[in-house]
Amino acid sequence: MSQSTKPSASRITLGGTLLTLLAYLVAIVMFFPLLWMILTAFKTEQQAMSIVPQFIFTPTWQSFHDAIFQGSAYTHYAWNSLITAVGSTFLGLLLTIPAAYAMAFYPSKRTDFTLVWMVSTKFIPAVGVLIPIFLVFRSSGLLDTRFGLLMLYTSMNMPIMIWMIYSYFKEVPKEIIEAADIDGAGTLQTMLRVILPLALPGLTSTALLVTILAWNESFWSIMITNHNAATLATYIASFRSAEGLYWAKLSAGSVLASAPIIVLGWCAQRQMVRGLTFGAVK
Amino acid sequence: MESNSAPTGQRHKERGSQQPHRTTVRWLMLPSVLFLLVWMIVPLVMTLYYSFQNYNLMMPMDRSFAGIMNYSLMFTDPTFWDSLINTLVLVFSCLILTLVLGLAFALLYNRVFPLRGVARTLAVAPFFVMPVVAGLIWKNMLMHPVYGLFSWMLRSVGLEPIDWFGNYPMISVIIMITWIWTPFALLVLLTGLQSLPEDQLEAVRLDGANRWQEFRHIVLPHLGQVIYVVLMLESIFFLTSFAEIYTTTSGGPGTATTNLPYYIYLNAFFQYDIGFSSASAIAAVILANIFAIFLIRFVAGNLKAGARS
Repeated sequence: MSQSTKPSASRITLGGTLLTLLAYLVAIVMFFPLLWMILTAFKTEQQAMSIVPQFIFTPTWQSFHDAIFQGSAYTHYAWNSLITAVGSTFLGLLLTIPAAYAMAFYPSKRTDFTLVWMVSTKFIPAVGVLIPIFLVFRSSGLLDTRFGLLMLYTSMNMPIMIWMIYSYFKEVPKEIIEAADIDGAGTLQTMLRVILPLALPGLTSTALLVTILAWNESFWSIMITNHNAATLATYIASFRSAEGLYWAKLSAGSVLASAPIIVLGWCAQRQMVRGLTFGAVK
Repeated sequence: MESNSAPTGQRHKERGSQQPHRTTVRWLMLPSVLFLLVWMIVPLVMTLYYSFQNYNLMMPMDRSFAGIMNYSLMFTDPTFWDSLINTLVLVFSCLILTLVLGLAFALLYNRVFPLRGVARTLAVAPFFVMPVVAGLIWKNMLMHPVYGLFSWMLRSVGLEPIDWFGNYPMISVIIMITWIWTPFALLVLLTGLQSLPEDQLEAVRLDGANRWQEFRHIVLPHLGQVIYVVLMLESIFFLTSFAEIYTTTSGGPGTATTNLPYYIYLNAFFQYDIGFSSASAIAAVILANIFAIFLIRFVAGNLKAGARS
């Protein structure tokens, strides 16, 4: 039960070996549902739904082919997911970079309050604003539009973006901005030419994190989209009524929807921790 | 509260000295502030307004001031209380399970062993899956009473298969959400463990502390803040669980897994009762705030400590 990062790893003990095996077992158990989904995606529908599970079978790409090309317009949903996730990330960056910049480099007495207020809007549950947003969307024709969903995703992610970008800006040494000010560079110029390039890694990881969150978002997409702006989350949720049918196709669709995000997520683990814990842990 | 924080820029002091930028600064802030006002605060105020209205979409012409009627109806609706209890059961069960498992897993993965990176990567994967995908996989391919893998496992050791979502709906939902969120606790706690100062451990080891004392007196206090953050954040997410329930049990059987968000969804989209569902939405906001207030204080403390140092 060694908790340290650098234990005497060279000493191989029975207890240590058992703990290592336990760690492997945990990994296998946690990953197993996903592995089972991947296996099912390569089966035929008959193999996918059999009383005795098929572990050995001839893999087929048929379900992927069906999921993408057969009727359901998979590419349409994937495109919607991409547009709303990437679009809301860009809009969010556009809105939050100037605000975070102002708060990090030109704080006033109200800055603390404003920042905490912005972050605290994250804790308004989505159901708290669902009804008016649905009604306003309905009367203004925004229901089932990519624009409406994109705006909702932006507002959902803004608190996290503000906080993360603010904390990355705070890490830029203040001498740099003072030097730029003395050189007579305007605020906009300093921001674009000096600070943004320095904070670029932080901005990139912020963008990555919120893209993942928007891509996986399921509440708003189920509530306000139906077909036109439906994302992959809505599409996959539509399988819920098809009891016992199309499991292979469902799995193939799920693999296609999850795989890119799992890979991105693996790359962004550290940023995820930092962003989601509001900087308390990094 | 201050000790953990100051993560952002200890090198900096207040930069209020430069004043010529005041107007520019306002213009930089304005878009974000306006956006959050329009998309979060205005709708929240509208929800509050609707909650005092007689307003049903079936009879949109009959709108009138309702006083506290929606609230009194809500408090006398047994389903409301069921959904409130379900919400709390779900939140607290998942909190305990994810924390205990997450801590155990974090301790396991903080050791050095071959292929540690691969194992850890596999173990955290569930966190990156959409809730709807998780829901449908667990419901259909794992927990299905006939074709599910768990049923086959039970049958192969001679036991009766279990209709998970039929007979143990809440437990099934809790297991599934725990599967999704344990990786989050694991990731955060592991990051916390890795920032544990090695010299403190060395010191107690020299004092002859055993592994348990080491864990109890050094590791656990160090993780205190991290655990606090995990609990607070997870509670916010668990309070708003929706897609996991929507894709598996649809709140049933009966009201067995109807939590507050699902209750609001049913009243708004199936009863078309805007006034009543708005009152429940306000109840959900208040409940979330009871949890969030601690977190907001924590974030604010973080900020002040950052500014002071």
